[in-house]
Amino acid sequence: MYRIRFHGRGGQGVKTAGRVLGAALFAEGFEVQDAPVYGAERRGAPMFAYVRASRAPILERGLIANPDLVVVADESLMPVPAANVLLGVSLHTVMLINSAEPPATWKARLSLGGPVITLPAMQTPGAESPQAWVGIAAAGAAARLLGVINRHALSLAVGDELEPLGTEAVASNLERALAAFDALDTHAGCVREGTAVAAAGYAVPEWIELANETVRVAAPHIHAAATSMRSATGAWRSMRPVIDYEHCNRCTWVCSTLCPDSAIMVDTQGAPRIDYDHCKGCMVCVAVCPPHAIRAEPERAAVTEAPA
Amino acid sequence: MTRALLTGNAAAAWGARLAAVDYVPAFPITPQTEIIETLAGWFESGTMAGKLVTLESEHSMVTAAAAAAATGVRVFTATSSQGLLHAMEMVYTVAGWRAPFVMVNVSRGLATPITLESDHTDVFAARDSGFLQIHCASCQEVLDSVLMAFRLAEDARVRLPVIVNLDGFTLSFTREAVELPEPGLAKRFVGTFDPLSVRFRASKPVSQAVAVLGGATYSYFRYECHLAALQALAVYDEVAAEFERRFGRRHDAVECYRADDAEVVFFMIGAFATKAKEAVDRLREAGHAVGLVRPRLLRPYPAAELCRALSGKHAVAVIDQNLSMGKGGVLHAELASALYGQPGAPPVLASFVGGLGGRDIAAEEFYEIAAQARAAAQSGRTPEPRLLFTRGELRQVRKLQALAVAERDELGSVP
Repeated sequence: MYRIRFHGRGGQGVKTAGRVLGAALFAEGFEVQDAPVYGAERRGAPMFAYVRASRAPILERGLIANPDLVVVADESLMPVPAANVLLGVSLHTVMLINSAEPPATWKARLSLGGPVITLPAMQTPGAESPQAWVGIAAAGAAARLLGVINRHALSLAVGDELEPLGTEAVASNLERALAAFDALDTHAGCVREGTAVAAAGYAVPEWIELANETVRVAAPHIHAAATSMRSATGAWRSMRPVIDYEHCNRCTWVCSTLCPDSAIMVDTQGAPRIDYDHCKGCMVCVAVCPPHAIRAEPERAAVTEAPA
Repeated sequence: MTRALLTGNAAAAWGARLAAVDYVPAFPITPQTEIIETLAGWFESGTMAGKLVTLESEHSMVTAAAAAAATGVRVFTATSSQGLLHAMEMVYTVAGWRAPFVMVNVSRGLATPITLESDHTDVFAARDSGFLQIHCASCQEVLDSVLMAFRLAEDARVRLPVIVNLDGFTLSFTREAVELPEPGLAKRFVGTFDPLSVRFRASKPVSQAVAVLGGATYSYFRYECHLAALQALAVYDEVAAEFERRFGRRHDAVECYRADDAEVVFFMIGAFATKAKEAVDRLREAGHAVGLVRPRLLRPYPAAELCRALSGKHAVAVIDQNLSMGKGGVLHAELASALYGQPGAPPVLASFVGGLGGRDIAAEEFYEIAAQARAAAQSGRTPEPRLLFTRGELRQVRKLQALAVAERDELGSVP
């Protein structure tokens, strides 16, 4: 059985990537199971999708803890505990990372002993957001790495999954899927089917007894204030609002009040300041700014151009 | 017959479509919303004739469902978790109306704390309502069960609403190959809804679901409801047999997987039961006589069939993906009451609680459950109920608790 996990952020097309790969494997005659898993149901939040494919009926379900292939559509997820990107990654696991950094860098950073492939091609220069086309490229790339999906099956899958979006969307996505598929030609078939966990000699689970703890600990309350400040939800952003202070007329009641994340403060000079650690990039401020002094920029452009 | 990749939610919607339902009162809730979105699309495009109406709450939704059924039309609706609880007053009320309809529940853990993933405590809140309950383990079963549920609900000997249950995420959002019955065949199987005596018309007023005072009258009506539910056992078997004749797929009230010669048996419901099957296969490869018994029908409770299936087993390991606070696993308690004093009842009935809030049950855990059940059968001592929860998981919880800074000093070390 093939066991594949895709990790990304809401809005990157990672659920669709799983579906496209699933449909392509189904077209190749495999039994297939594909599913997305997410908690925060919104753009930018960490999520993952998984695909199982086998020539025999599939009885396994849910979480894949022993992946043959892990596709990371967004490298910023690596240090996010909730994303659990490295779960069950072993020497057998192929890691495909959407990154401009070379594989050796990721091997060193994460102490990965297994094969690592990076695919900067998943990032499309000039795209309107770094999210654009990532998912579909991930699907095409994964299809090639498995080595059991031909271009025709991939094309059928893209057509089936994106048909409701219209022929133009199908054509543009297919172009990206096939480009990623072709780019990984030399790695075709490098992912090998894994085996089920054997019932002989298994690792005994470390079950423990839970104690009845004091209610102050055992009730799901947060006693300390402002702990949400510790969660850098600014990482969820695909577009960033940028204030042009020359045109800002300091009517800060508008932007600072309407920001749904309270991420716009007013400084002592009366100017609005955006807290980029917690701005999720909803662009409400851009829409409401009376003098049109806030513009939206693709996050990657902002990251690469802004001085550190 | 087409074989297509469908989510459990899409399979549920297909069931309603193939049953040619007339009316769908709806209210969104994750992870169920895709069902009504799919149906709304079909009504919008004219693919389905009939009407979908969004109500202001699940309480109204269930009221509308039963009220519509009482006018003699075929009704389908769907909910999940907190939504089912919000409707609960009417869930118990409308079952007594004896107006048949089908409601899909997509299981999701109940608050508090709030979550999105599967846990069967939600649907067990409706356990004593009079709704019948069919529990699914695959997307195919979801579609097939919706069709069968209409037959069961509308049968003249039953006339009760039916819940078809599927797990959030592990079925609701999971695509797998589903055989779509040919619409004509499905239509012939489900048949047309004969409302019998339940056919409310404005021009012909009837008073339904009257008030009674004095326990005797109350007892009579309540017990009639119970008898109708019990009668559904035999009706279910007939419906399942006919379904198999027409579609070639058999969905018994109790599924027994490699259980005939098994000494140790896993007992559980829902999507994770297929993981138990996988574990059974691997354990058999390793030379252990292990099987699975899975009730699909929980209301009515197939007690006789379960006693037959488990008779002579050395040990049964009940895995409950639910928790009755202050008691434990619900399936375990119910099975104990069915087996107690019966000839051949297994001497060991061990309780494991796992999969709460979608928590995975790993293959190694199934193997260890089987090993502990085997050891218990040898020693004759039933182990204490066990929560499937590991040292590593407690470390994870401790890390989150430490974020609530004030607690940091109060947290003990991980044992």
